[in-house]
Amino acid sequence: MIMNSLQALRTAAREQWDLLKNNQVPIIYVGTASCGRAAGALAVLDSIKKTLEEKHFSAKVIEVGCIGPCYLEPLVDFQLPGRPRMCHANVTPEKARSLVQSYLGSDKPPVGLAVGHYGDDGSEFTQKVPRFFDLPMLKPQVRVVLRNCGLIDPEEIDHYLANDGYLGLSNAFTKGPEGVIEEVKEAGLRGRGGAGFPTYRKWEICRNAPGEIKYLICNADEGDPGAFMNRSLLEGDPHSVLEGMLIAAFAIGASRGYIYIRAEYPLAIVRLKKALTQMREYGLLGKNIQGSGFDFEITIKEGAGAFVCGEETALIASIEGKRGMPKSRPPFPAIAGLHGMPTIINNVETLGTLPNILRNGAVWYRQFGIQGNYGTKTFSLVGKVRRPGLIEVPLGMTLRKIIFDVGGGTAKKFKAVQTGGPSGGCLSDEFLDMTVDYESLGAAGSIMGSGGLIVMDEDTCVVDLARYFLDFTQKESCGKCSACRVGSRHLVEILERITKGQGEPDDLAKLQNLGEAVKRGALCGLGQTAPNPVLTTLRYFRPEYLVHVAEKYCPATVCRELLEYRVIPEKCTGCQRCVSVCPTGAITGPRAEPHNLDPSKCIKCRACYEICRFDAIAGDAIVIRSRRRNSDEQRA
Amino acid sequence: MSTDDYALVFSAFAGEGGDLIPILQEVQGRLGYISEEAVKKVSHFLKVSENEIFGVASFYSQFRFVPPGRHSIKVCLGTACHVRGGQILTQALERQLGITSGQTTEDRRFDLQRVACLGCCALAPVVAIDKDIYSRMTVIRLKATLNDYE
Repeated sequence: MIMNSLQALRTAAREQWDLLKNNQVPIIYVGTASCGRAAGALAVLDSIKKTLEEKHFSAKVIEVGCIGPCYLEPLVDFQLPGRPRMCHANVTPEKARSLVQSYLGSDKPPVGLAVGHYGDDGSEFTQKVPRFFDLPMLKPQVRVVLRNCGLIDPEEIDHYLANDGYLGLSNAFTKGPEGVIEEVKEAGLRGRGGAGFPTYRKWEICRNAPGEIKYLICNADEGDPGAFMNRSLLEGDPHSVLEGMLIAAFAIGASRGYIYIRAEYPLAIVRLKKALTQMREYGLLGKNIQGSGFDFEITIKEGAGAFVCGEETALIASIEGKRGMPKSRPPFPAIAGLHGMPTIINNVETLGTLPNILRNGAVWYRQFGIQGNYGTKTFSLVGKVRRPGLIEVPLGMTLRKIIFDVGGGTAKKFKAVQTGGPSGGCLSDEFLDMTVDYESLGAAGSIMGSGGLIVMDEDTCVVDLARYFLDFTQKESCGKCSACRVGSRHLVEILERITKGQGEPDDLAKLQNLGEAVKRGALCGLGQTAPNPVLTTLRYFRPEYLVHVAEKYCPATVCRELLEYRVIPEKCTGCQRCVSVCPTGAITGPRAEPHNLDPSKCIKCRACYEICRFDAIAGDAIVIRSRRRNSDEQRA
Repeated sequence: MSTDDYALVFSAFAGEGGDLIPILQEVQGRLGYISEEAVKKVSHFLKVSENEIFGVASFYSQFRFVPPGRHSIKVCLGTACHVRGGQILTQALERQLGITSGQTTEDRRFDLQRVACLGCCALAPVVAIDKDIYSRMTVIRLKATLNDYE
């Protein structure tokens, strides 16, 4: 009886889905997640709708989430009746207009312009372009958590159901809570929020803890600057995370759930709210869910902007309406958390993984990854890579494979990669062949973190980067413990001095000692990991610190105080464009003669440099460089 | 906001401790900021001291205590944006508008905020003006873009 109604819902959804697949009308899929929108997807969507209306074409337009390759955004797919889905990249409103006209208004659809297809029928449609998932960026990936992202309409629960949605939940009900915990233990799933603690162990503690009510919290406070995996999953496939919440809550015996999500993710919040309404309609929330006797309610709590709230005890304080300050542990939240009751906090990705494990089994899940680090991990691969975007790869893949095969490498020489966001470390090229797993990253002085991978080339200054991260964590320090509050502040001050050319010879030793002291003395994860960026850069990029201190020289030409802007007279055509944009009147000179740049007035705002590079005639007449200063000059 | 408006906001809440942040968010959504009057009203409703409310509100970067401008500029200073020059954009804006981050221009045309990450890292550097997100921004283009907002 239990599964019958869910099974019936799924069957009905699948019929609808098959009708859609064997469509009688053309379907146009537009990727309109936040990243697509930033690239202009809404204007493209608008143009498509207008063209359809003007030309009286009939087609179904479906908005989908992010499929990953941000560098190809905005993405639009066309699927003609009985034909495979063709994916077009970097679509502009004009291009969209012409695509709609050629796909729907002519008998020669421009399939050759597509970057990939999603069909396997061997028709002429699929012969001209590769399979989308065979593109170099996609091929090495394994899509488990992201399996539906970009392929289904995230606002349609039926699309999710039709793709084996809530099947994991049905299996969980059959197995019972202990069976679910056992399966997750077998699968070897470790928390994807950063620390990699085995998920089942936390659950067991909570399940066995006494308490009249237990809570499950989904941590969607993705605060790492440079990370957007959780946002993409919530926007592209919210039901996968919600199903995961049901499974986790069932396993630990929780009856109330919260999603703690950043207010900066408005689209994800809208989609979650819609998804919750649909779940209620389908009897997947509330009392006696699907006749299982299991009751569960979910409330969305919008975070108010505090990085430290990613820490479990701070997050709980925030939900309780207090300042988000961490508490010392024990007691752990699994025993005494929200309102003093047993509470489990799981990350979005951990929850999104659960339906897959329960649907396909632990053995299936263990085929991905390596010993002790099973399964896949999503990363936001950004920075100076050629193909930035959202990726999912098996744990244990080497950094080289991720950065060069998936990300396409860097245009200039690769220099470093920061893993784990502001709490992580900066690794040099000697680590490229290291496998990405919790232990290897830890041994290198970094962490897995939630999965930000920021790639840097020779134009990035690691001293400035360390200063940037420390500045971030120092501002986000809640101020409770002095190690973090005072220690991180001093670290920033020393780093600032160095980037301004005022570094002193013993600064490096000071950074090292202070960094280690903060690591040991801080109360919570924020402070304990805050020094990682400076400690790793000191370890792997010491020469770069040394030239900043000894020669006041920034090899990457980043540290502003150490730079100078110059006009190269031989290249300057005297076009006066830079004169017109200079906000301080530092550049002067008559038309058609090389201009003069007065360094005492220059505030290094970069406007002249940008406009000069923009102009094909003058080209690079303005250069930015850092000059080595020898000790005589410094004394004078 | 009138007394009725406050009553309407409060009617959706039970008056528990955990309601404080959602109420402040709702008030700021309507008013644009947290006024002294708002703090008094919320204090009365939740039976929590004004000091405590201010303490909680000032902890979180989302809440502001000065009225916003007609247009809000958010410069992303996430890692990817930093590496690609977000800081230079902030400095250019601060210079052009004559304000520092967190402030509103005298004519109330713009307010300027630095945000940790807008989550569009692959399109860095990113600047958001109201609901519009501009990707791969440059100092020159930014200057021209501001003219579109009166």
